[in-house]
Amino acid sequence: MTTTANTPSLEFDCDTGNYHTFCPISCVAWLYQKIEDSFFLVIGTKTCGYFLQNAMGVMIFAEPRYAMAELEEGDISAKLNDYEELKRLCLQIKRDRNPSVIVWIGTCTTEIIKTDLEGIAPKLEAEIDIPIVVARANGLDYAFTQGEDTVLAAMAQRCPTEEPATKTIEPEKQERNGIGKLLSLGRKTEAAAPDEAPAADEYYDHPPLILFGSVPNPVVTQLNLELKKQGIKVSGWLPENRYTELPVIKEGYFASGVNPFLSRTASTLMRRKKAKVIGAPFPIGPDGTRAWVEKICSVLGIEPQGLEEREAKIWESVEDYVSLIRGKSVYFMGDNLLEIAMARFLIRCGMTVPEIGIPYMDKRFQGAELQFLERTCEEMGVPKPKITEKPDNYNQIQRILEIEPDLVITGMAHANPLEARGINTKWSVEFTFAQIHGFGNTRDILELVTRPLRR
Amino acid sequence: MKLAYWMYAGPAHIGTLRIASSFKNVHAIMHAPLGDDYFNVMRSMLSRERDFTPVTASIVDRHVLARGSQEKVVDNITRKDKEENPDLIVLTPTCTSSILQEDLENFVERAQLDAQGDVMLADVNHYRVNEIQAADRTLQQIVEFYLKKAAKQGDIATEKTEKPSVNIIGITTLGFHNNHDVTELKRLMADLGIEVNAVIPEGASVHELKHLPRAWFNLIPYREIGSLTAEYLLREFDMPYVDNTPMGIVETARCIRSIQKILNQGGVEVDYEEFIDEQTRFVSQAAWFSRSIDCQNLTGKRCVVFGDNTHAAALTKILSREMGIRVVLAGTYCKYDEAWFRNQVEDHCDEVLISDDNGAIADKIAELEPAAIFGTQMERHVGKRLNIPCGVIAAPIHVQNFPVGYRPFLGYEGANQIVDLIYNSFTLGMEDHLLEIFGGHDTKEAITQTLSADKELNWSPDGLTELKRVPGFVRGKVKRNTEKFAREQGYTEITAEVIYAAKEAVGA
Repeated sequence: MTTTANTPSLEFDCDTGNYHTFCPISCVAWLYQKIEDSFFLVIGTKTCGYFLQNAMGVMIFAEPRYAMAELEEGDISAKLNDYEELKRLCLQIKRDRNPSVIVWIGTCTTEIIKTDLEGIAPKLEAEIDIPIVVARANGLDYAFTQGEDTVLAAMAQRCPTEEPATKTIEPEKQERNGIGKLLSLGRKTEAAAPDEAPAADEYYDHPPLILFGSVPNPVVTQLNLELKKQGIKVSGWLPENRYTELPVIKEGYFASGVNPFLSRTASTLMRRKKAKVIGAPFPIGPDGTRAWVEKICSVLGIEPQGLEEREAKIWESVEDYVSLIRGKSVYFMGDNLLEIAMARFLIRCGMTVPEIGIPYMDKRFQGAELQFLERTCEEMGVPKPKITEKPDNYNQIQRILEIEPDLVITGMAHANPLEARGINTKWSVEFTFAQIHGFGNTRDILELVTRPLRR
Repeated sequence: MKLAYWMYAGPAHIGTLRIASSFKNVHAIMHAPLGDDYFNVMRSMLSRERDFTPVTASIVDRHVLARGSQEKVVDNITRKDKEENPDLIVLTPTCTSSILQEDLENFVERAQLDAQGDVMLADVNHYRVNEIQAADRTLQQIVEFYLKKAAKQGDIATEKTEKPSVNIIGITTLGFHNNHDVTELKRLMADLGIEVNAVIPEGASVHELKHLPRAWFNLIPYREIGSLTAEYLLREFDMPYVDNTPMGIVETARCIRSIQKILNQGGVEVDYEEFIDEQTRFVSQAAWFSRSIDCQNLTGKRCVVFGDNTHAAALTKILSREMGIRVVLAGTYCKYDEAWFRNQVEDHCDEVLISDDNGAIADKIAELEPAAIFGTQMERHVGKRLNIPCGVIAAPIHVQNFPVGYRPFLGYEGANQIVDLIYNSFTLGMEDHLLEIFGGHDTKEAITQTLSADKELNWSPDGLTELKRVPGFVRGKVKRNTEKFAREQGYTEITAEVIYAAKEAVGA
């Protein structure tokens, strides 16, 4: 490692792509929960179903709003008509669940037999009168979190380009409040909906800003509030809690991604919706959150306030955790594309990173994050990590056994065997499902990272 | 197309992988897209394996779609052959490779030229068979492969062992309590004075397979996996087999009597009746339990049984024959082997259900309202929703069904374990019922009232919304911390902003 200490810039490598990760169809598990009026139909085989059922554990028992359209031999050999089959299933879904949108997840099998999902969807949509969004989240092309990217990219195109006439949504809101009033027995203060526009002077006058990336609602609130502190109004999120509430996006709007795996969504927003995507580091860790807010401020021409103190205060409050990992090394095997931002944050915490494995490296979308990583390494005086795209798990394990890092962030397939060889591990998927964004969740990330070192 | 939310048996390749990774030093290479190696996660997590699961993928990606796998599969096989020196590499087709229709057989032949170990293609069709059938088939295929190879090389061992001996066939990784069952079976064989010639596939080396014909007979503890192998060995080597699952007192006795018959025919006079009597009356508590007053209370209680063929059939018989419990419904998801199941349970239950649709079973349970359910993890969840206790007796299973403690289902100790499982399910149900009659013993309300927070603070609607999003088990703590913070900071109203400020300040 000493030889790389003076490397002028990051080293990129690409291996065989023989690594363990989740299939991108796993995105339905968190997206169906996020988009409350959706139904996800995965058009694939028993293999896909078996993965979802096992990977999602107990969630499957909560009457999920997702199902498999399981292809049978007759579908493969085209003895059955795709259109008729899908129509039958979608009508059944409409009858049983009545969702506001059905998302079709195309899989490896539909790719290979070339099912024309994009062609069938508009026709069927017109016939059954429910929007059908098609996302090809398959293992031939993508890894794990990239599944969300394909869904959001498809959904971006459904975002309205014009504000709906405000009058039309008013009656429904009124009605809801009406019920609310009844239930709260006339406690008037509650009837003022929380998202009713705050006084206009709380915000600067800036072009509308849309954030994209599916994060739990508490994270949405926290990031909205973070920007509100700078006088920036978040006009909407892709996705919102309901499909029917997708935000307006049109030419001249700004957009910013909150997760590093959203490159297709970003390019769709730029090319198709003519929005300007702000290239910033991602709001993971206090350093990342500050850099993210600063970048948005600078693009919108706003002078950021009090961020330095805020970041310092957070660092102070997590010093007990940071002191546990300072000087230790962490190795990322790579499976969920959060690796660069996580590594950058952990280097800032004082860790060293010999290697960052990552399924796919979009140097453009992650450009700011990569620069930030380099800068962080320089400022912390640690060697720059090697970034291995499409890693080969077998080769990685040989390297891990050789360099014996203090912590390996890896998938569940390798965790127990590595532990049995005396190497501390942390499951990478936990970072996908935990709340890791914003200043307020710093402690939560460190809680996860330090757990194997504390026990 | 079929709308499906859940499945009982996995896809075919899972069965092949279970067999391959049960053997020692056998590696499986899946011809599959990225993400299909989920088997490794299951094996590593469920059975807490210390070793890397010997399964890798030869990844099918866009390039493979465009140009075919070409050298890729062959390279991956020879690479793995060099890296890990496995005795055997099993090339495993998946649903994806089924439709690509590449000539995998040809890849295997080419790879065999360079590989030091053996290479074979698992002969399973994704769209025709499921996990269980594929496992049965793959085991037979591997056994046949090595016996033929040994025959060709002339080093097959066909002379019988001196003392009576047995092959135990069908113990696999990720099998329901298989690792405990095999210990119990070995113990039983030792008690009967029978040597264990081989246990396959779990923990076996492929080199042992040529010694299989030395055993006097084969024991197939599970209906689902091993039958094809036993049939093959009967056909080719005239080896008799016993396929009575020794689960429950009566069936264990039957299994031992079948063994006795085979040994007697082989010219060894054994009489196990005394042993059976001794075990039944003194070692196993199950027979005494069925006479005890506890079990009397269970007489006529209604229950539903659902699972794989082996376990559902055995449990049905135990419940009705050994405990006097009324099985109102016995069912299996092994549709392909329906006749066998019907034949086994017909006399022991009111109704038979053959289905792999979990919705249909749940509806049936709701309709029948049994006092207890014995099923898979899916039925356990149905039970939770309907407030009916459930004992898990068959796969699909979760990590809690891979206990660290000794929990066989087979043999005499297995009978004890099953008694506990059954009795605990029913008493829990009874307790629950009594609690309901007496209005529960929940006194939380009265105690926590004095602990309730100061009312001076006002929670704004968005504050309350955020609070509701906090998971229930920490909500109280978050509420207290936030209110404390708000009081210290002099806020009178708690908004979402205050909650997150408090979170940052308190660090909780």
